[in-house]
Amino acid sequence: MQDAVTSSSSQQGTGSFDRSTTGLDPKHDDSSMMYRVGQAAMVLSGAALVALVARHRWSGSQPDDREAFETAAEAESTPSIHTALTIDKPRAELYAYWRQLENLPRFMKNLIEVTDLGDGRSHWVGKSALGLKGQWDAEIVEEREGQFLSWRSLPGSMISNAGTVSFEESPNGRGTIVRVTMEVGTGLGKVASKLGGANQQEVREDLRRFKELMETGEVATTDGQPHGTRSLIGHLHNPI
Amino acid sequence: MRAVCWNGKTDMRVETVPDPEILNPRDAIVKITSTAICGSDLHLYDGYIPTMKKGDILGHEFMGEVVELGRGVNNLKIGDRVVVPFTISCGSCFFCKKEMFSLCDNSNPNAWIAEKMMGHSPAGLYGYSHMTGGYAGGQAEYARVPFADIGPLKVPEGLEDEKVLFLSDIFPTGYFAAENANIQPGDTVAIWGCGPVAQFAIQSAWMLGAGRVIAIDRVPERLLLAQTWGRAEVIDYEEVDSVLDTLKDMTGGQGPDCCIDAVGMEAHGTTLDAKVDKLKQAAKLTFDRVHVLRESIMACRKGGTLSLVGVYGGFVDKIPMGAAFNKGLTLKMGQTPVQKYMRPLLEKVEKGEIDPSRVITHRLDIDDAPWGYKTFRDKEDNCIKVVLKPDGNGGFRQHGHLGHSHSHGGHGGNGGNGHTH
Repeated sequence: MQDAVTSSSSQQGTGSFDRSTTGLDPKHDDSSMMYRVGQAAMVLSGAALVALVARHRWSGSQPDDREAFETAAEAESTPSIHTALTIDKPRAELYAYWRQLENLPRFMKNLIEVTDLGDGRSHWVGKSALGLKGQWDAEIVEEREGQFLSWRSLPGSMISNAGTVSFEESPNGRGTIVRVTMEVGTGLGKVASKLGGANQQEVREDLRRFKELMETGEVATTDGQPHGTRSLIGHLHNPI
Repeated sequence: MRAVCWNGKTDMRVETVPDPEILNPRDAIVKITSTAICGSDLHLYDGYIPTMKKGDILGHEFMGEVVELGRGVNNLKIGDRVVVPFTISCGSCFFCKKEMFSLCDNSNPNAWIAEKMMGHSPAGLYGYSHMTGGYAGGQAEYARVPFADIGPLKVPEGLEDEKVLFLSDIFPTGYFAAENANIQPGDTVAIWGCGPVAQFAIQSAWMLGAGRVIAIDRVPERLLLAQTWGRAEVIDYEEVDSVLDTLKDMTGGQGPDCCIDAVGMEAHGTTLDAKVDKLKQAAKLTFDRVHVLRESIMACRKGGTLSLVGVYGGFVDKIPMGAAFNKGLTLKMGQTPVQKYMRPLLEKVEKGEIDPSRVITHRLDIDDAPWGYKTFRDKEDNCIKVVLKPDGNGGFRQHGHLGHSHSHGGHGGNGGNGHTH
C-alpha cells in the first residue's frame, strides 16, 4: 500500500500496478473514468476475497466467537428461523417450564401432545393449519440447565427440523432474552415440517404466547367470543 | 343478547348474538348498564380502520354489574358495579408495570398484525378492529372483560351511571391530553376540537393550571358548551379567515404555549391542505386527514408542546416537520393508559369538582344505535354525546338542552326536559 500513499492523488485502490501496460492515461476524461472503474473493480473483488477468507478462517479470535461466527456463516446458507423476545421472569424459571416438554402444546399452536420418553428422547404429535395430524420423534442434542436447549428431529421421521432455544439474562435487568433459532428440513421434509409449526411467523407467535403465559398466567385469546353474522370470507379464522 | 355489529361502511346493525363466556381464568362477565358511542367509533363507522370483519361487535366505553368471574380474579365479587377501561392490560409486563397500560405486551392475540404496521403492537382494545385483537366490544348487553383483576374500577352506589361512565375512556383521555401538553401555571392552551374528549381536555387544562383556554371548532352547540361549561374562549374556524392569524392575534403574536389535538384522522378544515386530504383519502392515497396536526404544528409557539389524543391510524402526507424541528416543539401522544387515571379522576367526581354527564345529549335504547351513530357523526339534532342503555331503560330519543342537568336517578326515562318522538 506504500505506493498508494506516495503516489499522486488520482491513484486509489489496493496497490500500484504498471499503468503503462494497461494503456490507460489518467489525464484523459473517459480513460481516467475507466481507470477509476477498474480500480474500483479491483477493490471490490479484493474485498470479496478478503470476506471469503474470513468466513472460513478467523484467526486470533476467541474460540467461542469463532464457533458462533462459523455457525452463523453456515446458517446463512440454509433456510432458518430466528426470533427473540424479552420475558420478565428469571431464566431458570423459563428454562424449567420449557424443559418440561409436556408444557409445549400450551403455547405452541401446532402441537397437540409431547411426551418425554426419557434419555433426551421425546415423541411429538402435531397438526397443520388444515388439520392434518403427524407424529415424530426428536432428541435433545445438547442442553445446559437454565441456559439453552438444542434439539433435532430423529432421522427417518416425517418431520425434519432442528433448533435451539436459549435463555440469557437481559443486560438492563428486564428479565430474560429468549431466542429461538430453527432450521427446517428440505424437500419432502420441508413440506412435512409444516406440521412442526416451522415458519418464521408461527415460531414468533409461539414465543409470544410463551411470554404471555409466563408473565400473565394465560394466553390472550378471543376464540369463542360472540359476534354477529359473518360474511363468507369472515368465517375463516384469519382476520385479514 | 343484543349487540351493535359492524356490517360495513355506515352499516351498523343491532343483532341477536350468543352471550359471552369466560374464556380465561382472569376474565369476568359484566352485564352492561350504560355504554357510549365514541368519536373514534366514527372512524370504524366511516370505514377508515382496516382489519374489520362483518359481524364485529363494537363499543369500548361501558360499565355495569359483574355477573360471572373466572377463577383467577380475586379482587371483585359478583354484583360489584364497575366501570371498564377501554384498554386491556395484563398488569405484569414491562409496560404495565410502568403504568403504560395502553402499551401492554400481552393483551393482543393479533399482535402480529399490529407489528407489521407499527413495528410493535400496542395493547388490545375492545371493539376496535382485529389489529387490536378483535375483542368483542361493549355496545351490547354483556361483555367479557379479560384481566378483570387489573382493569375494572369499582364505583360507589351513590353515583349514577352517567357521572362515572366516562371514566372508561373520554375523561381520562381529556386529562391525559392536558397532562401531556406540559401546562405550566398561567399557560395559554389551544385545543382543536370541541367534541366530548376536547370538553374534558378543557376541564382538565384548568385543573392543571392553565391561564387561558382557547377552543377551536365549527359546530355551534359544541362551541357553546366549551364556553358555558368549559369557560373557554372559542374560535369558529368557518367564521375566521385564518385560525393561525387569529391565534397569533389572541396571544399577542407568540402563539399558544400548549396545543392539544382532540380531532385526529378525520379532520375537517377550510384550507387547501384540508381539501386535498379529503380527496386523497377518498382515493385511498392517504390514510389519515391531518389538517389539525399541520395547523397545530404551525400555530404552536416556539419551544411549546403539542399533545395528540385524536386517533391516527396509518401513514400521513406532508407534515411540516421542518417547522416542528426548527421551533423546537415537543410532541406527546398516544392511546390513554386509562387504568392510571381512573381512581384520581373518580375522586374528583365524588368531590363534585366536575360533572361528566354535562356532555350527554342523547340517551337511546340499544336498538336505536344505528340512528345514534349517524346522528353523532353528522352532528345532527345538537348531538354531542350518545349513551346507549342495553337494559331497555334508554327510553326515547331525547333532545338534550345544553345547560339543563339531566339527573334521572339511575334510569333514563323521559326526565321532562326533552322532547319525545
